[in-house]
Amino acid sequence: MASARLQIPPRVTQGDVFKIRLLVNHPMDSGFLRDIDGVLIQRNVIRHLLCTLNGREVFRVEPTTGVSANPLFEFYLRATESGEMLFRWVDDKAYIGELRHNLVVEAANASKPSGN
Amino acid sequence: MQSIASKPVFSWLYLLVWFLAGVFIASPLSAQQRNIALDKLQSGLDFSGAEVQSLQADEFANPGNISLDTGNKLWSKPDGKSNKSCQSCHGDIGRMKGISARYPAVDKASGKLFNLEDRIRQCRSKNQKASEWPYESDELIALSLAVTSTSRGMPLQAQINGAAKSHFENGQRIFTTRQGQMNLACTNCHDQHYGQKLYTDPLSQGQPNAYPLYRIDWQRVVSLERRLRFCYTGVRAEIPPWGHSDMRDLSLYLMWRGQGLLVEAPAVRK
Repeated sequence: MASARLQIPPRVTQGDVFKIRLLVNHPMDSGFLRDIDGVLIQRNVIRHLLCTLNGREVFRVEPTTGVSANPLFEFYLRATESGEMLFRWVDDKAYIGELRHNLVVEAANASKPSGN
Repeated sequence: MQSIASKPVFSWLYLLVWFLAGVFIASPLSAQQRNIALDKLQSGLDFSGAEVQSLQADEFANPGNISLDTGNKLWSKPDGKSNKSCQSCHGDIGRMKGISARYPAVDKASGKLFNLEDRIRQCRSKNQKASEWPYESDELIALSLAVTSTSRGMPLQAQINGAAKSHFENGQRIFTTRQGQMNLACTNCHDQHYGQKLYTDPLSQGQPNAYPLYRIDWQRVVSLERRLRFCYTGVRAEIPPWGHSDMRDLSLYLMWRGQGLLVEAPAVRK
């Protein structure tokens, strides 16, 4: 259950704005639905999802019951420094999910031809 | 009053007309007649909205991918008293290519018609000696999806002759027989009115080529059987129990009916 998929461009250059997509496997039970026996399914949604780069917060979202199961988080960052990205989320059952990614930012003039 | 039928020539004509009518009325159940021509077949994806289509096409955001990843992991995970994984006997999962396009198929040992999930369940209990996975459980569907995804892009080619013939005929009978409080047969909607609207949604041809697929409504990957059960609910008919042979026969008929459509996995539907 505790799985997630992360999509980040394989190469990012200093100053680039790049897209990050995170697909988290989570039921996102709203607490309003009943199972097949009529028993209320307890609310269990991701309360808090945090993305840090080298320990510094770069993105945070606090989803509620209006978000569907297996949510897809998509956001943009500007590449400033290389380092470890940590995605961390907590749900109503206090389950903590984690995903790490090593972000490598290349120097601005390394990959581009001179004179642009 | 003078009737034209009283003349000898016309009475022979009438006899001929009645005879021909008898042939045509009897034919739908006796022959393997296609209600939708092979070149008119359309995957359910064609009837989906642009957003659903783009979600399926998105290799990353496609929500079926989570289940697919799980299934691929289960393939090589040892389980049960035998402590063997699927991979121990079958090798790489890529070797399953083409299998799902041929299911349901008759199991030689028991003579029953098996779909892919039945086969996985049987292999687990008989060869792997592992605990049973209930129908529609996350693991069973995930593994079934992983096996199916190796056949992506291959045409459906169900075998309906030999031992499968009686199953096929029963499936065809179910498809064309009215049932439930709505008194509708599958054919009434999916052969005669596809492309029109059912409430606000386009009515598809009811093709089985993309199962198991992620259904946004149910927020998970579902089997063809679960989708068929939902159709039974729609016409307010009595639903056969899980794993009932009628459901397998109907699936076989659907696979034959969609012959040549390409396997989509992981697919997404509304």
